[in-house]
Order: sequence, then structure tokens, then C-alpha cells
Amino acid sequence: MLQLGHDALLGAYRRMSTIRAFEERLHDEIKTGEIAGFTHLYAGQEAVAVGICDQLTVEDKIVSTHRGHGHCIAKGCDVKGMMLEIYGRAAGLCKGRGGSMHIADLDVGMLGANGIVGGGAPQAVGAALAAKMDGKGRVGITFSGDGACNQGTTFEAMNLAVVTKAPAIFVFENNHYSEHTGFQYAVGTAQDIASRAEAFGMKAWRANGCDFFDTYETFRELLDYVRAGHGPAAIELDTERFYGHFEGDPQRYRGPGELDRIREKRDCLKAFRTTVTEAGLLTGAELDAVDAEVLALIDEAVAEARAAADPDPATVADDVYAEYY
Amino acid sequence: MAVMNIREAILRTLHEEMERDPDILVLGEDIVGGNGTAGGPEAIGGIWGTTTGLWEKFGPNRVIDTPISESAIVGAAAGAALAGKRPVAELMFADFVGVSLDQLWNQMAKFRYMFGGKTKCPAVVRMVYGAGMQTAAQHSQSVYALLTAMPGLKVVLPTTPADAKGLLTEALRGDDPVMFFEHKALYGVKGEVPDGEYRIPFGQARMVREGGDVTVVACGRMVNFAEKAADKLAAEGIGMDLIDLRTTSPMDEDAILDSVEQTGRLVVVDESPPRCSLAADIAALVSTRAFTSLKAPPEMVTGPHAPIPFSRVLERAWLPSPQTIEGAVRRTLAFR
Ligand SMILES: Cc1ncc(C[n+]2csc(CCOP(=O)(O)OP(=O)(O)O)c2C)c(N)n1
Ligand SMILES: [Mg+2]
Repeated sequence: MLQLGHDALLGAYRRMSTIRAFEERLHDEIKTGEIAGFTHLYAGQEAVAVGICDQLTVEDKIVSTHRGHGHCIAKGCDVKGMMLEIYGRAAGLCKGRGGSMHIADLDVGMLGANGIVGGGAPQAVGAALAAKMDGKGRVGITFSGDGACNQGTTFEAMNLAVVTKAPAIFVFENNHYSEHTGFQYAVGTAQDIASRAEAFGMKAWRANGCDFFDTYETFRELLDYVRAGHGPAAIELDTERFYGHFEGDPQRYRGPGELDRIREKRDCLKAFRTTVTEAGLLTGAELDAVDAEVLALIDEAVAEARAAADPDPATVADDVYAEYY
Repeated sequence: MAVMNIREAILRTLHEEMERDPDILVLGEDIVGGNGTAGGPEAIGGIWGTTTGLWEKFGPNRVIDTPISESAIVGAAAGAALAGKRPVAELMFADFVGVSLDQLWNQMAKFRYMFGGKTKCPAVVRMVYGAGMQTAAQHSQSVYALLTAMPGLKVVLPTTPADAKGLLTEALRGDDPVMFFEHKALYGVKGEVPDGEYRIPFGQARMVREGGDVTVVACGRMVNFAEKAADKLAAEGIGMDLIDLRTTSPMDEDAILDSVEQTGRLVVVDESPPRCSLAADIAALVSTRAFTSLKAPPEMVTGPHAPIPFSRVLERAWLPSPQTIEGAVRRTLAFR
């Protein structure tokens, strides 16, 4: 917390608030039936995406998941371009071809959300090996869930990173569920994911993913370590997802009062506000002003996306190859 | 006869067959749905509603919720089958075949042949496929052509509740690995289902229509699209022989060839890109084996050589439709 100045703090809050507002608005808009397909909301996990991506440069690469909106916003994807994409419009970040699950923006180092659970981890190692070739201290980061940590691809990627000393970072967002199954059931290593990374031979950290400052500071240490050339590292973040697995999920797997409790006790935005106002670093009025700007931006993004043009059906088979075909 | 939809037909068949045969086990992600949560096992009862109540009735040794590990799911099914059981593995989406492909392709499909016919591998892999719901490039694919091309696998695609029961029962009684494709847009299709034991042998197509002017061969949801085209054309006096393949491996070649010998005109409808597709395979079959009967070049109605897009208008442009099938029928009839 002490490392961050006024503007950095306000910026971090703006990005977390943007993710929250983006997702809450989607939760409402999906009910209108205008957005089809699968949409997985990131609300509740904002401190992870922002606490990590705020410390990266554009040249550092991230690989995301099916629950990717937060990673996109934190890494700097255009919010309006994302909304257009989720509405399947021609002006969307991926021309409407990808949708919510496949948003990518290579210009900001966001190598793609991924509909295949566990699909991204090896790619982050590849990005890390590319960074190693360039020798500028850049890193490749994969975000994975407590579910994705059970895929063979994740294991293979961890071992490959260790044996090649790749500057790869494995971020495990443990929100306690993979779809409707609890991590207590599905993760065999005594309910601990970070120890898997340790078993593969890399250093691992653990942090409270609902606390921006804990996430930020713990990741700072990890990032310094990886940038210094020690090879890969991992971090497990204990976090919460505030909505269902996908929109429309009845969530009968939750305990009584669970959602109210996590929204009350584990809301990273509320916690951030309390911390910075009590420490006198930011005022409530400054934060309120950010929230209002964010809401206005999301309103505009939705209005523009709803009014935007669909792709031309004649382009359906464009963009399959980079070269002549 | 009871009326039910395809989802219920599959669920009931699994219940009945598991009651009958204690060697059957099912495994897959979230097929119990709720393990390790406050809601408890069966809080959800399967994403698709095709495994509801199995865990409660048959217990955790036979109904196994797995972590997200498709290679291990399919590989474990292969191993359990070699060890004498009858596993039914579920892939939540057929696209995830990509994750598990080695266990299907290099393992399950080849055991019997490699081991000199000494073993059998009675595993069923159920998988949910198909486009039309904007689930985009990694959750919409119809990968049946890929698996049909692999010697050793049988490939099944029911389009009615009765066929779902008859074909799933056949899969569970047989001794070979069966890829069982369930179209996500067909789960709600209703129809009559025979009571009691009901088996449909593989390799027997279903004649959906007999119209005599043109042969249309389809499978899965494309059968429904072709029926819509058939209705439209029938009003103009154009009659369609519509063949629902039901299984693409083995394939009922005789049904196709017999019909084309009568009509001389072939349209194949396939929910996948054209290269090395089922459509190309059937067009080749007819061109080589019924060449002299043909009055027009075979027509292939497929998606383009592109992944499946998210946007509604692009996805519509990608998918075959009753209109594109109708257009192909008219082209083949107009050929002189
Ligand atoms: C290979 C593969 N298997 C299964 C799925 C279906 N699926 C999508 S998300 C998900 C759960 C992922 O859980 P986790 O990794 O914890 O991420 P979270 O959803 O909690 O963010 C599953 C099973 C998939 N998309 N890809
Ligand atoms: Mg999770």
C-alpha cells in the first residue's frame, strides 16, 4: 500500500470498479436475451486481475480463461471494444467472431481468453520462453482456476517451465468452484493448489485474492523474483465469484446465506475503499467520482454496442489464414 | 409407448441399463454436480440433465464425478473397459475430444486390433455437440467426421428419442468403443419411445421420407433441417428420399446407394467444414459406386472451411439451413 501513490491507487480502483460495473451490467443485459452464448462473470475476483496486471508492462503477456473479462480490462483492453464483441458486433475487439469467451488484444499483451479449460497454461510458457529469448526481463503469465489446475496441460506446462527456467507465472485463482463441483472434492492436494507448483520445483506464494493490497504486495515479491531470472513461479489466490458459473446457473451448490456472506465479508472493492479512506490516502468523494465515471462509460458502451452493426455474413470465412489460401 | 424428449430418453436408458448390468459405470465432469460443496452431491445433477439421480441410486463407485481432466476421463474409461467393465464417459462438449484425443485415437480405438483380436473395449463416450446457440468456436463443433475416420470406433448420432434409446442400449450391450453424439439443440425434441428392451442395430439408416425425386443424406440436426426443406418442396410436388444415417461408423451404404439408384440425384448435408467431411465421403461413395445412376453431380451442403463464429449473423451464415438444403435440391434437379 505504501508503495502506491495517489494516482496509482485511484487507477487501481478505477480498473476494479470498471470490471465490477461491466459484469453487473452484463448480468442485467443478458436477461434481455440480446446476448447469447456463454458468459462467465468475473465479479468478486477484481483484486486478482488488477493487483497483478497493474504491475505488468505492455510487453508482458497474459493468457486468460473462459472467465476473462476482468483480465482483459485489467490488462488494458478497450472496454467498448469488449462490449461490442460480447454483443457479436463487427466493430468488436475480435470482429464478433470470438464473443465473451475468446476476447484477445495482442497490442496490450492479452493473448486471449480461452474456452478450453487448461488450454492457456502451455501458451503462457511459450510466451515466457519468447521473453527469455528477448532477454528484457519480460514474463508470460497464465491465469487458471481451481478447476483448470487439474488438467494435464497445467501439469505439463509447470514442469516445462521449471526445466527450461522460463519466466512463466502461474496464477491460480481459487474461487472454490469449478462449475458446480467444490475444490474440496476436485483438488487432491489437501485443498492446496500452490503446493502442486512447489512439487514441480518452483517457488509458490499464497495471498488473499479478495484483498487488493495483499495480492499486490505478494505478487510484487514474486514478480521481482521471476524478472531477476530465477525461473517460473506460482501464486494461489483465495477469492470468490459473486455470480453463478455462467449466467442462468441456479447455484444450488452454495450453502445457506453464502452469497450474502461473501458479498458482505469478501468484497474486494468495499475492502479497498475502507482501507484507503481510513488511511487517508483517498477520499470517499474521489472514489464516488470514479464510480460515477465508470458507470457512465459502461452505459455508453452498452448503448453503442446495442446500436452497432452486425458483421457482414459474407465475411464468415475471412481471417482463417494470415496468407493467401 | 411413452412420449418423452431425447434428454429423458437418454437419462432413462442409463437408469434402466445400469439397473440391468452391474458392470456399467458412468464418469465425467459435474455429472453428479455438487460434490465438495455445501449443497452436497446432486445439488445440480448434471449440466445436461442426462445423469440426474444416478449417483443417488448407484453410488459413488459407479457414478464418478471427475475433476476437469478429459484425457484421464477417456483414458480411465478405456482402462476400465479393458478390465472388464462397461464405462460410459461424458464429455461436456464434443470439442473437448481435442483434449482427450490420444486416449481415443491411439488407445481405445486400436486395442483390439493391436492385441490380435484378443481383447474388447466396450466403452461409450457420450458427448454434446453442435452449433446454433452462439457457443462459438470451441463449444459448437461437430467432430463426428474426425472420429468416423478412425478405424476401431463406432459413431452414433440419434435424432429422435426412440433412436436415442435404441442406439444407446445397443452401445451399452455391444463390445466396441462407441462415440455417442448428442446435439445440444435436439435434447428437447419429443417423440414416442418403445417400452421395455429396445435395440437398434448399428449400420441401419432410417428412411425419414420416401419421395423419389432426390436423395438427401443427413445426420444429427441436419435431418431436421432437411425435413423442413422437404415440407416446402413437397408442396410443389418435389419428393425427397430423406435418409437419417443414425450411425456414421458403420455406415449404411446400401440405403444410400439403393436410393440414388432410383433418384439419380444426391444432396448430402453435413454440419461441419467440407474438407475430408462426411459429405465428401458420401459424395465419393456415390460417385464411385453409383456413377451410372447419377443424373447430376452430387451436392454437398456444409459449413465453410472456417471455425464456427460467435456472432448470430455469422453463425447463421456458417450453418447449413433449410434454405441452403432447398437450394441444393433445386440445383441438382435443374441440372441437365
Ligand atoms: C477442456 C474443458 N473441459 C471442461 C470445460 C467446461 N467448463 C468450463 S468452465 C469449467 C470450470 C472451470 O473451473 P475453474 O478452472 O475453477 O474456473 P472458474 O470457472 O471457477 O473461473 C468447466 C468444467 C471446458 N470449457 N473446457
Ligand atoms: Mg474455480
